[in-house]
Amino acid sequence: MSILHDFEYYNPRNIEEVLQLRAEYRDKTRILAGGTDLVVQMKDNIIAPDVVIDIKGIEAFHEITFDENILFIGACITFSELIESEIIQRYFPLIKEMSLTVASMGIRNRATMIGNICSAVPSADSAPILLVYDADVIVRSASKDRIVPITEWFAGPKKTTLKSDEIVTGIALHFPERKHAGCYERLGRYSGEDLAQAGICILAFDDDQYHVACCAVGPIPKRLYHIEEFLNGKVIDQNVIQEAKQIMLNNIFPISDVRASKEYREHMMGIMLERGLMKAVSRLHGGENA
Amino acid sequence: MHKIKITLNNEKRLVDIEPHEILLDVLREKLGVKSPKCGCDRGDCGSCSVLLNGKSVRSCLILAVEVDGQEIVTVEGISKDGLSKVQESMIDNNAFQCGFCAPGVIISATELLNNNPHPTREEIKEALSGNLCRCTGYLPILEAVENATKEGNNE
Ligand SMILES: Cc1cc2nc3c(=O)[nH]c(=O)nc-3n(C[C@H](O)[C@H](O)[C@H](O)COP(=O)(O)OP(=O)(O)OC[C@H]3O[C@@H](n4cnc5c(N)ncnc54)[C@H](O)[C@@H]3O)c2cc1C
Ligand code: FES
Ligand code: FES
Repeated sequence: MSILHDFEYYNPRNIEEVLQLRAEYRDKTRILAGGTDLVVQMKDNIIAPDVVIDIKGIEAFHEITFDENILFIGACITFSELIESEIIQRYFPLIKEMSLTVASMGIRNRATMIGNICSAVPSADSAPILLVYDADVIVRSASKDRIVPITEWFAGPKKTTLKSDEIVTGIALHFPERKHAGCYERLGRYSGEDLAQAGICILAFDDDQYHVACCAVGPIPKRLYHIEEFLNGKVIDQNVIQEAKQIMLNNIFPISDVRASKEYREHMMGIMLERGLMKAVSRLHGGENA
Repeated sequence: MHKIKITLNNEKRLVDIEPHEILLDVLREKLGVKSPKCGCDRGDCGSCSVLLNGKSVRSCLILAVEVDGQEIVTVEGISKDGLSKVQESMIDNNAFQCGFCAPGVIISATELLNNNPHPTREEIKEALSGNLCRCTGYLPILEAVENATKEGNNE
């Protein structure tokens, strides 16, 4: 099956040209990064842009940098590049752990992290990690630059707060100065090509503070602030975990779909919270790295 | 109409295409390379895999215009000067039945062995996890890749 409608294809070498095209054609345009979502949607005729703007020719979008404790991930960085990056392995091993759960090699060699959050499906694997690190999405249009905190990025299933004349140039993450460790727990039916049935990311700090975020158990990926409030200041033990599980049930809103039932997702999120907390804390106290 | 230039299996090729044309279709219908197969047409099965600048990708999810100026290798290219070690090993191990998944599996295995000549069983499984096979139950395929690396050891 091929794409049934015609469109114009642009492959600009500089950002200004991309922004001009966006300003001129607005919602008639689509940005093309790895294409692993966009091409499928164009084949299915779910979206039919008049203008496709391939951004892979822009050099600055292929950068991963780490300066003054700020990690920058450019718009065209693929999951494979994240996995191989020494910066990621050294300072943000959690991003590597998550990236390895995305699809398989042949998809990861093309799929980008920015494309993942721009598609904004509820199961987006990148989202929980970016949420626990309080990442900033860096957005540009021809007239304005702005920074969107990741907590304000997702607007609904497959919806973001990006406007039709804007693009994302990259994501910035602060390396926390306090000692910290985390983990990403992800439920899938099999490894390879399956989207997450549920996902939870935990970042634990050595002053007993915790960041917790989830995906695939509600319309948008989000921070679980009620659980954080309860956990903060506490040492993790079985009592704390059991109570946190109860709080979780009131704060996630999974649906039943082809991949899992609501009840199964709820049950498993409790187990994943328990596993995740134990693992993050063990890593914090010198267990295996992440 | 766009005129694109690619290096396909070590040969320079020029082809006229429309932006909506998918790389898999262009390879098969316009460039006469038939090893990449259309299984699912949406990125799930891996049978359309090719090497793009040395990395395995799904040619069903790529617009042909995107690869202007780049290098593509398919199974035809891998076996240009005789079968590769991993291909020989697939035959020796009777790795396939219908063979539909074979080109994609060989692309993934070739990428793996290029980067990591002596992978563990887990690494082989991980590298092939995106290639679906309806016939074999995977064991003979995994064994064939494993055996290909063992022969490498003896050299
Ligand atoms: C077989 C298969 C398995 C998959 N498995 C997973 C999985 O396990 N986990 C997971 O989370 N996802 C999965 N996905 C979904 C997909 O691969 C990811 O969402 C991927 O990260 C998208 O990135 P991309 O670069 O391919 O995006 P594209 O398809 O190029 O773009 C996606 C969307 O974002 C927009 N966009 C991209 N970049 C920008 C930008 N810089 N500025 C503004 N808009 C932009 C595009 O216009 C488009 O609407 C899978 C997909 C397939 C086909
Ligand atoms: S045909 Fe491309 S992955 Fe199935
Ligand atoms: S041998 Fe038939 S699909 Fe793999």
